[in-house]
Amino acid sequence: MERQFDYNKIQKSARAQRAAGNIAIYGLLALWALIVLFPFYWMVLTSVKSYGSYNGEHVPAFFTLSPTLQNYADAFTTVSLGQYLINTLIFTVVTTVLMVAVITLAAFAFARLEFPGKNLAFTLFLSLMMIPNELVVITNFATVTNLGWRNTFIGLILPSVTSVFYIYLLRENFAQVPDELYYAAKVDGTSDLRYLRKVMVPICRPTLITIIILKVIECWNSYVWPRLITDDPERYLVSNGIQEIRENGFGRENIPAMMAAVVVISIPLVLLFLIFRKKVMEGVARGGTKG
Amino acid sequence: MEKHHLKGWLYLLPAFLFLGAFMIYPLADVFVYSFEEGYNSASQTFYGVGTYNYSYVLHDPYFLQALKNTFLLVVITVPLSTGFALLISMALSSVKPLKELFQTIYFLPYVTNTLAVGLVFMILFKKTAYSDGLVNLLINWFGGNSVDFIDGPYWAKMFVLCFYTIWVVMPFKILILTSSLASVNQVYYNAARVDGTSRFRIFRKITLPMISPTVFYLVITGFIGAFKAYSDAVALFGTNLNAAEMNTIVGYIYDMLYGDSGGYPSYASAAAILLFAIVLTITCINLLVSRKHVHYS
Repeated sequence: MERQFDYNKIQKSARAQRAAGNIAIYGLLALWALIVLFPFYWMVLTSVKSYGSYNGEHVPAFFTLSPTLQNYADAFTTVSLGQYLINTLIFTVVTTVLMVAVITLAAFAFARLEFPGKNLAFTLFLSLMMIPNELVVITNFATVTNLGWRNTFIGLILPSVTSVFYIYLLRENFAQVPDELYYAAKVDGTSDLRYLRKVMVPICRPTLITIIILKVIECWNSYVWPRLITDDPERYLVSNGIQEIRENGFGRENIPAMMAAVVVISIPLVLLFLIFRKKVMEGVARGGTKG
Repeated sequence: MEKHHLKGWLYLLPAFLFLGAFMIYPLADVFVYSFEEGYNSASQTFYGVGTYNYSYVLHDPYFLQALKNTFLLVVITVPLSTGFALLISMALSSVKPLKELFQTIYFLPYVTNTLAVGLVFMILFKKTAYSDGLVNLLINWFGGNSVDFIDGPYWAKMFVLCFYTIWVVMPFKILILTSSLASVNQVYYNAARVDGTSRFRIFRKITLPMISPTVFYLVITGFIGAFKAYSDAVALFGTNLNAAEMNTIVGYIYDMLYGDSGGYPSYASAAAILLFAIVLTITCINLLVSRKHVHYS
């Protein structure tokens, strides 16, 4: 009897301890989720407050009973937010497409073809991975300026169409494709390019998709290079657009309209992330930086 | 066979052209720039070769300010963000329900535009004539006095910058640490549980050694990333970072290159090379330290 009682007590206290631990753990997780989500909530909330009511609040209100979409209309009419979005879209699509073509060819050469100097070239490529962007951006700025490419898409796009790291990532994946496939294709008289298109690319599609997603995120958020190269608002990308809006647009105090612009700029990538959640997280885990 | 040789190089040609033009040539050129004294970007002339640019940069109060800010940012954010990320990842991997939801939420900052969301942080922290802002409201609730975090005292600005930087870098760290924790073999934990080992001891003796390569990787990339901080500061304090006393080394480089204070590619080059030297040194030190403390199985 006595022992039975003790056993129950021990079990109870162990259960209570585990419950307390779980509460602490979920509390921590919820707290961080709140810190992450709150700026997003605040941005959406502020974007639907009217100019008058926002500026009338001495103490910021945590919700609004009279949401308005006027700020979104302002964001597109008062400043050229639409233009910024189109520019960024063009920049992102063209850069990504060109980059995928360039790195696929290079990765294929390194993984599959045999030619003299290959190892030397590959070592050179790998050593380039250590070079930080800040070291080369100065000369690139001078180059693009001297070529008269400022405020053009060419000037924006060309410096970022190769990535040594992505060539490396893709080459590693290409190298895993069994050689037999290549020899079989050769016997059938398939050209290298056709083999690359019909066999290698489909097999390595997951890696390519990873690379594309990472590049799209990078392009959409790029700020430094576009800022150096564009001073004509007609050519601004969203990052520079938002900075311009902050410093000159709307009159400095129209914060709700500013937040509407921020929401519009954030939506595409958040949507992309929510749709391809697994792919994006997998991709970043394999090849992401920004840490 | 000759044709075959050419083919390999042909496939590499586009990549080589771009890398040559935008990476290899600039890399050589930046050193040349940094030693050309009195370079004039309008006439593209200079009147001497030497180390004057470096000495100018090292004596420039703006650079010293940027250096101080960057070092503070690195020293504060790297340990804090890595520590927090470890704590949250451990919590995350010890629960089942809602785990995916939390993971999704935690990753959101990674896919947002730093400049855009930085504006939200600015609004949350800013004190204006008509409203003290949300964060000050919270401070007042707890009995504190309002502080202007955006245009106010140095420590307040530094606090916001660190806070925002940590907010931005956490997703990557949590993601990497969570997958690293998941790969630790459960056998070790089961054995420890049989022995009745305490939670803390399990963490010290099993978890930490097993994931130490990952932690170390995050510390290195964290250092490199924090040394290159720039757009976070722009997002919070605007483009004129020197006036806000919040410039970073990278910001100093770009300010020297372009904008109202720009037109000095030589100073920018010297600063860029100094930055590279600093990052390289720190990374080497990290590698040396890790030899002692990281367990590679």
